Amino acid sequence: MKTLLIGEYREGKMLESTYELFGFAAQLGGESAMLMVGSESQLPAYGGTLYLADAAACGEYNPDMHKKLILEAVQIENPDCIVFLHSSYGWDLAPRVAVALKAAQVSEVIALADGGFEVGCCNGKMRRTVKPATAKTVLTIQAGSFPVLQPGGTPDVRKLEAAGGTTVEFTGYEAAEKKDVDLAKAEIIVSAGRGVGKKDNIPVIQALATALGGELGASRPVVDAEWVSHSHQVGTTGQTVSPKLYVACGISGAIQHLAGMKKSDFIIAINKDKDAPIGEIADVLVVADVMQFVPAFTAKIAR
Amino acid sequence: MKLLVCIKQVPDLESRFKPDAAGVWYNETDLAFRMNEYDEYAVEQAVRLREQLGEGCELTVLSIGPDRVVEAIKKSLAMGCDNAAHIQDAAAYSKDPWQIASIISAYAKERNFDIIFTGMQSQDRGSAQVGVIVAELLGIACTTTIVNFDYDNGTITAKRELEGGIKGVVKLKTPALVTCQLGLNVPRYPTLPNIMKAKKKEITAISVAELLKEESLAATTSFHPPAKKGGGIVLEGDIADQVEKVIAILKDKTAVLR
Ligand SMILES: Cc1cc2nc3c(=O)[nH]c(=O)nc-3n(C[C@H](O)[C@H](O)[C@H](O)COP(=O)(O)OP(=O)(O)OC[C@H]3O[C@@H](n4cnc5c(N)ncnc54)[C@H](O)[C@@H]3O)c2cc1C
Ligand SMILES: Nc1ncnc2c1ncn2[C@@H]1O[C@H](COP(=O)(O)O)[C@@H](O)[C@H]1O
Repeated sequence: MKTLLIGEYREGKMLESTYELFGFAAQLGGESAMLMVGSESQLPAYGGTLYLADAAACGEYNPDMHKKLILEAVQIENPDCIVFLHSSYGWDLAPRVAVALKAAQVSEVIALADGGFEVGCCNGKMRRTVKPATAKTVLTIQAGSFPVLQPGGTPDVRKLEAAGGTTVEFTGYEAAEKKDVDLAKAEIIVSAGRGVGKKDNIPVIQALATALGGELGASRPVVDAEWVSHSHQVGTTGQTVSPKLYVACGISGAIQHLAGMKKSDFIIAINKDKDAPIGEIADVLVVADVMQFVPAFTAKIAR
Repeated sequence: MKLLVCIKQVPDLESRFKPDAAGVWYNETDLAFRMNEYDEYAVEQAVRLREQLGEGCELTVLSIGPDRVVEAIKKSLAMGCDNAAHIQDAAAYSKDPWQIASIISAYAKERNFDIIFTGMQSQDRGSAQVGVIVAELLGIACTTTIVNFDYDNGTITAKRELEGGIKGVVKLKTPALVTCQLGLNVPRYPTLPNIMKAKKKEITAISVAELLKEESLAATTSFHPPAKKGGGIVLEGDIADQVEKVIAILKDKTAVLR
């Protein structure tokens, strides 16, 4: 297998997640080269071939141009797999490259499987094995599924120049909303998920957080529905936390939520569904109605 | 202006999933279906634009699937879409994103939509591919994962959600396609009068054979539960008993309770 890995770069920096691509390539085996639209001052610690285009000239988000650059490198390298991270950059660009090559794309790869790739489905509850039927395959790998690997060394840089226009004009970044709670410092977090049912039930979860001396966290739907503010959101588009204790109340355990809290020392999940994926990482799974268990639990510790 | 929104019907994800006879997808017996969550945001945004543009604007909702998907189509009509295309395909579940996208683009090709809305991903399959492939096949501009949408005089200004809550601001000229992320807006509930009105709206049925010209590029060879990692304790039964056990475990394994 020969792979072309697509590194990531944003706001003038190479993203650390780029190293997960090397972790994936090491598992797959075979030769690999990397392409990145970045800068010469931000090279990965890797001794192989790096196709480098200048982000200052090409733009950090310019899918038409980045697609062209990748196709140029594909021409030269003739890889079997073109590998992206499953990220806002990767899932946006990968299908464009796949269509140009008429290659199969497999998204959210979490592991290698016999002759194919293992991917999550049904909100993380189930798995599929997918086998591409084309000579070349485009992959996006799930963040956190493969080890971070720094191969070490200095890349052999081959510069690519891009020309041509764009159909999507990038005009700038907007910083994340200011946080009024810094969950990263909390030792105990009690998080509310959609399973708490309604906004009126949030105080019940807050009461447990208070009784334990911790902070209130939340999954995304609870924030989107405006039951709590965004500063409480845990996950890929919220905060990453690693408290001593994380209590997940009515949270299914979607991959984007897990990415933000799986490094917690001890995890208790309360869920009425015994098969909820949160059960895979929880130290204790309490199979119960959250609105029955939580008040009873709070009452016991408050005494 | 002509607008299109693509929706998929998916099972309720709190269901218990069992493999089908071939072991490559879920068995549909006992599952309740509803509109893909991401697509509700897409429909809402399309309806808001339809309202902003007023007379002379037409919003079509499209769904590929078996007869049951008509329920999701009706909901979109009650939310404010003008008409619908039901692409009848009892075997839609077995098609890869490439085939689903080529069906949509075959439908859209001659109809010259100015803006196409899709969800960023389907909750059951979750490939996040269909929207982008449709745009590439049609040769129109496209951006993904939007959490903010604004349209003025042929230009879309959208905010893309990036990791860690940062946003990227982009501008696209129509014709264009956008894929919608959770939290883009607050999808409305259809009101009773609108549900009644929707009954008169036209749903055109088209056989998938008329639009599908492509072979699949990838095959699912197995559908199965994750390998159990084990280790975790599962507590079932009486609440008072569960509370006692959790407290005992916390005292034993952590330092959080004194
Ligand atoms: C690009 C991207 C980024 C994302 N970023 C994030 C992020 O940062 N953070 C995040 O959380 N999500 C994020 N998501 C969304 C994520 O995919 C899930 O949709 C979300 O985490 C689900 O939240 P939930 O578990 O609260 O809700 P659901 O998935 O709806 O789960 C509710 C759970 O509650 C249980 N339940 C229901 N009723 C009860 C009851 N009475 N008692 C006990 N249990 C009950 C159910 O069994 C179910 O398991 C992102 C998605 C995308 C695509
Ligand atoms: N069967 C379908 N019918 C209509 N639209 C679909 C279908 N499948 C996927 N889509 C659209 O494509 C988006 C992305 O789906 P996916 O690539 O499967 O994650 C969905 O949110 C829908 O808007």
